[in-house]
Amino acid sequence: MKYILMMTGTKADFAWYAKWSKTDLQAQLAFMHSFNKELKESGVLVATEGLAFPNQAKLVRAAADGTPITDGVFPESKEFLAGYWIVDVETPEQAYQLAARVSAGPGPKDRGNQPIEVRPVMSGPPPEML
Amino acid sequence: MTPEPDNFEHLLRELAPQVLGAVIRRFHEFSAAEDAVQEALLAAAMQWPQEGIPDNPRAWLTQVASRRMTDYLRSEIARRRRETEAALEMDQLAPPPAVHTETDQDDTLILLFMCCHPALTTSSAIALTLRAVGGLTTAEIASAFLVPEPTMAQRISRAKSSIKDSGVPFSLPTSRERAQRLGAVLHVLYLIFNEGYTSSSGPQLQRLELSHEAIRLTRAVHHLLPDDAEVAGLLALMLLTDARRAARTGPDGDLIPLTKQDRSLWNQKQISEGIALLTTALSKGSIGAYQLQAAIAAVHDEAVRAEDTDWPQILALYELLKRMSGNPMVMLNHAIATAMVHGPPAGLELLHALDTDGRLKGHHRLDAVRAHLLEMAGDHQAAITHYRIAASRTTSLPERNYLMTQAARLSDQ
Repeated sequence: MKYILMMTGTKADFAWYAKWSKTDLQAQLAFMHSFNKELKESGVLVATEGLAFPNQAKLVRAAADGTPITDGVFPESKEFLAGYWIVDVETPEQAYQLAARVSAGPGPKDRGNQPIEVRPVMSGPPPEML
Repeated sequence: MTPEPDNFEHLLRELAPQVLGAVIRRFHEFSAAEDAVQEALLAAAMQWPQEGIPDNPRAWLTQVASRRMTDYLRSEIARRRRETEAALEMDQLAPPPAVHTETDQDDTLILLFMCCHPALTTSSAIALTLRAVGGLTTAEIASAFLVPEPTMAQRISRAKSSIKDSGVPFSLPTSRERAQRLGAVLHVLYLIFNEGYTSSSGPQLQRLELSHEAIRLTRAVHHLLPDDAEVAGLLALMLLTDARRAARTGPDGDLIPLTKQDRSLWNQKQISEGIALLTTALSKGSIGAYQLQAAIAAVHDEAVRAEDTDWPQILALYELLKRMSGNPMVMLNHAIATAMVHGPPAGLELLHALDTDGRLKGHHRLDAVRAHLLEMAGDHQAAITHYRIAASRTTSLPERNYLMTQAARLSDQ
């Protein structure tokens, strides 16, 4: 079963993250590096990516003629995707365990444990359907 | 003679477990032997199309794999010597002549028992079975499961370590363990078969037909154990289910339920083979769950039109199956059969029992079946509600589309 683990944050969260101390950043990078390595070596990693900061995000709508109209204005409360992991595991509990590890990852003292959204990735058709 | 690519691929896969068995017997090391055989298979896949199939392909593969093993063991010994200056383990280079009475056929079975060992997780057992017994490459297995190749390589390598750590001997299980271990093998084969359906999203062209691979491996087991009725039952179940493959999905990949399928697309050859296998198996007198499921599939396959389906017989078979396994999915199908024979209220009554049972709590199939029976009973509003609940709970994309379409169909009326 494949699950996606999503890390999200508001613009304020990203701005706060940009101000982390060098020690905190290094600890976080080291954690991510070893976490990803562990996922690969345990044979569960399907994909992982980090995304650009929200100031790079554009909201695109099609005009009447189909051409794109872009907008960069978002409400302050909007949660942006910061990065994700897709893992292939045997039970949902295994996915929750991995998410909890990311949630409790290193950071400044006042960081608190970050919520990670976990959701199943859709699969193909069921074996048999009457 | 230049062989057809399909022919030598088939030959390679058939020989893979026999060659692996021979190499393990000679060198007593499963993990490295498995790698060596993979290399030999790759070498054959490169050379045979140009040079033709050797006179004795099995001996050719065994020789190439053994050469790789010798190289590996030499470098292992050199490594150990460098690291520890420890005494040379020369006996590894020249193993004593193996004293064995088992045949090549037994090797395939032994490998299956090994790869489906209870010490492994299900996904590891599946991957290792496909590689060591099925002779598939890591890339092929990875593409079938839609995971990156390095991930699959790690999964296989960890599975091999678990086997090494668990100290499973390379021999057939004792007669005391045998039934249980064979059950585990059949379960893994059954899961590979079903995986052929569930991972069929993704690029169709690159996808390996896992269902066909499962049928091929089960056929091999049946060939080795022709008197085992459950092995025959599983093979029959696979054939009778797979026979409907072409009718299961529409042109856009949309699901078509059994009652709406174009039955002229069903594979009659597979159906006849499945029914013949099942008839022989049932006559042996030891009825098991795979035989019963195959019997149910056979009743469906034998109906020329959906309305010709012999539901009383299907109901009787589910009654038997229910007594044999406490699986709530069986109870769910039993409720459908009951509705078909005694009317929707009787089926809905059985679903109440499943509500309190708790094991299917929140499972989309419970809502999907309830919606179906409510629709049969003419309560369209309630059916719409339950189709939608089921759609929100399933993690299968084609099934979600199907369930949403059912709700939309009723609410558009």
